[in-house]
Amino acid sequence: MRTTHILACTAALTLGLTGCSLMGDSDDEPPHEAETDRSTATSTALGEVVLVTHDSFTLPDEVIDGFTDETGYDLVVRASGDAGSLTNQLVLTKGSPIGDAVFGIDNTFASRAVDEGVLAAYSPADLPAEVSAHALPGEGPEHLTPVDFGDVCVNIDDAWFEAEGIDPPQTLQDLTDPTYQDLFVTPGASSSSPGLGFLLATIGEFGEDGWQGYWEDLMANGATVTSGWSDAYGVDFTFSGGDRPIVLSYASSPPFTIPEGGDEPTTSALLDTCFRQVEYAGVLEGAENPAGAQALVDYLLSDQVQAAIPDSMYVYPVTDVELPELWAQWAQVADDPIDVDPALIEEHREGWVRQWADIATG
Amino acid sequence: MGRHRDRLIPGVGLTLLALIPLAFLAVFFVLPVGGMLVRGFAPDGTWDFSGVAEVLTRPRTGRVLFFTVSMAAAGTVLTLLLGLPLAFVLYRLKFPRRGLLRAVVVMPFVLPTVVVGVMFRALLSAGGPLGFLGWDRSWIPILAAYVFFNLAVVVRTVGGMWEGLDRRAEDAAAALGARPAQVFRTVTLPALTPAIISAGTLVFLFCSTAFGVVLTLGGLRYGTIESEIYLLTTEFLDLRGAAVLSVIQLLAVVAMLAVAARGRARTEQSLTRSRGVARAPRGSDWPLLAAAGGVVAFVLLPVLTLVWRSVRDGGGFTLDHYRLLADPDASPALRVSILDAVSNSLRTAVDATVLAMVLGLCVSIVVSRRPRGVGARRLVSALDGAFMLPLGISAVTVGFGFLITLDRPPLDLRTPAVLVPIAQALVALPLVVRTITPVLRSVDPRLRQAAAALGAGPLRAAWTAEGPVLGKPLLAATGFAFAISLGEFGATSFLARPDRPTVPVVIYQLISRPGADNLGMALAASVLLSLLTVTVMGLVERLRVGSVGSF
Repeated sequence: MRTTHILACTAALTLGLTGCSLMGDSDDEPPHEAETDRSTATSTALGEVVLVTHDSFTLPDEVIDGFTDETGYDLVVRASGDAGSLTNQLVLTKGSPIGDAVFGIDNTFASRAVDEGVLAAYSPADLPAEVSAHALPGEGPEHLTPVDFGDVCVNIDDAWFEAEGIDPPQTLQDLTDPTYQDLFVTPGASSSSPGLGFLLATIGEFGEDGWQGYWEDLMANGATVTSGWSDAYGVDFTFSGGDRPIVLSYASSPPFTIPEGGDEPTTSALLDTCFRQVEYAGVLEGAENPAGAQALVDYLLSDQVQAAIPDSMYVYPVTDVELPELWAQWAQVADDPIDVDPALIEEHREGWVRQWADIATG
Repeated sequence: MGRHRDRLIPGVGLTLLALIPLAFLAVFFVLPVGGMLVRGFAPDGTWDFSGVAEVLTRPRTGRVLFFTVSMAAAGTVLTLLLGLPLAFVLYRLKFPRRGLLRAVVVMPFVLPTVVVGVMFRALLSAGGPLGFLGWDRSWIPILAAYVFFNLAVVVRTVGGMWEGLDRRAEDAAAALGARPAQVFRTVTLPALTPAIISAGTLVFLFCSTAFGVVLTLGGLRYGTIESEIYLLTTEFLDLRGAAVLSVIQLLAVVAMLAVAARGRARTEQSLTRSRGVARAPRGSDWPLLAAAGGVVAFVLLPVLTLVWRSVRDGGGFTLDHYRLLADPDASPALRVSILDAVSNSLRTAVDATVLAMVLGLCVSIVVSRRPRGVGARRLVSALDGAFMLPLGISAVTVGFGFLITLDRPPLDLRTPAVLVPIAQALVALPLVVRTITPVLRSVDPRLRQAAAALGAGPLRAAWTAEGPVLGKPLLAATGFAFAISLGEFGATSFLARPDRPTVPVVIYQLISRPGADNLGMALAASVLLSLLTVTVMGLVERLRVGSVGSF
């Protein structure tokens, strides 16, 4: 009889638990049903816009809700993988897109998206000059609109160099100097978006035929390669308790290293080593709700979104909105970032990354 | 006439019962994976296998295959060597808090790989407590992580068998003058061999498909077939290369499962358990106790490092990281508080568990029947193996496959809210089947026949004969599936919605953002998740179902 009892309990428990399942939520309600102060009045007759993006996309709730208030569409976000993975998913699902709009294709993958025809032609009317400055060359601007940018740069732990009494490096070339043997760590180009940015910086700096030799010298000088940025910065970098005072990160990383009670960062970015990654938004070809997608692309350039970008995504806005105070003070961008033509990147990316993998991870 | 009906109905009923899970597997596994393979081998609608040789002769492919196989083999041997003494201590000796220790050993199996990877690095990197060993970035931590994750499989599978071994054969050998080592070699080991083979093949399978750990710990120097499929698919869109590697993986997995099934067939015969063979430790057990203690310490070390770092801040102790868990605005990297993510995780796990249990019960009932015909019997064991397949296929292949195959009505199922529990159920299903099936198989079929002879219908007969032993295993399998679902990261990371992330996804997001607070919160969330899974596994452990987590 005890087993019947247990079975009965199991059944009761199962039935009880199904009450706290996800299935009760349908996909078309706004994702904040838990917050009682928001009525369901935000649901409108205009339907929803599905934004396909990468894992790092995030904006404050009030900014997301602002889109609904302004346009009447509900925003549904679908995130998946990094910029490369995102672009490749869009290519795979061409003709049957998984959303209406996309955000997060960057200049290292933009040409593929444009060439494969996954984007409908749309560009917001009269873009300000500072936004157009980040536009893609060629036919890109008709399909992709710049939203934010970030500079991938070598970062150094100034406190460590001061304590050791060594002059810190300044340029990419310096990193192959024996003075800095075993001091540099970078995420890999084949598994990390900043890692790919750094490889492109070296290609832009040393040329299509010179970067291989540079990387051989770099590896011979004891550089290590991690799989992701978090590993390099969060474990190996001396600031996080590791043993390497030179790390590949972003121009926006130093403000996060201001010590408790201090007033300036203990690390800095080397602005002569930067590759600029620009992230774009666009309307997907075959979208169910093209009008909503266009409204969303426009909204991503609004002051609300642009002002929220630094603190939510750790990158710089493309418009002239005011930067957070610490950013304005300590997160300088490169005056003259190293540049590689997106079409060239598209043509050679795979070959470069494979070559790089043989040199750096063989 | 009457006899004829008796023979027919169970057959029809079982077929129907098999169709439900088979349909599920066809739609959510065979179709997506098949879709990816077709894209790889027939990009323009015509089959083209000319690229196979090109992919296989790439120098990198050879390196990757060699590394995968040699590491998996080393991981398997090491896990078995360390797991056996632990299995003995936890299943043949009686001592206080044994149940807690058993739960601790199972815990790594349900921890998210992301967390474990970061913990091992924190332990071994130059600044960590074991930095002096100089193992960081070598293949050693990968091997250690393999052992860490898979000890549970060996301990549960072999321990469960060992616990039920009749001691009289050993006692007889000892009475005839055999030394303990001889007894072990000539009596115990042969009896345990099927369980060891079964566990070993599964460990090999898990090692060779490990992914997150290899990426985090190996840097990029070491690629396994799984991480290579991931790179080829997501970064290079080289679907042909990915398809070739996927087929190799599939063939290897099928071979492994066949070996494991043979080993298992021999263990299940002897599930007639003799109870109460465990004894108090003796003086002569100390080498085994010491070895087991060492292994438990090895399991606890990364976990304790995690707890330690979650309550440290700069130079002192703090509970701030835990306070931040309830605060939705604690980190700009997250749109929800971590407690919200916990509730998402729990709700998703409920759905996944219900799904896995319903399907698992159907599969278990079907595969526990032993039909008379050879053909029918083969069919049953093929069915058994089919549901184990998702264990050995890259989550990337399934995830991308979802996108390209489930995109047209009537099967436009790309709404992630539905897909996350489905994907997790696919992962938990084999474990549910492995928990329930042995119990059902241990019921003498003659009991059912007797009930039928007394006039009970097939359902009633099955209920009368098998219902009484099913209660606890069902409950235990439910807990196990729940724990698996809580920690599942691979497939979930592909499918989860940003406004409803699960805890492992949140941890991953926190780890990949700058800022000490983010790392602290990630550590605290990992501790919370570990506590949840250990609690669930501890409850499961109290039910004392031998087949949980054994294969």
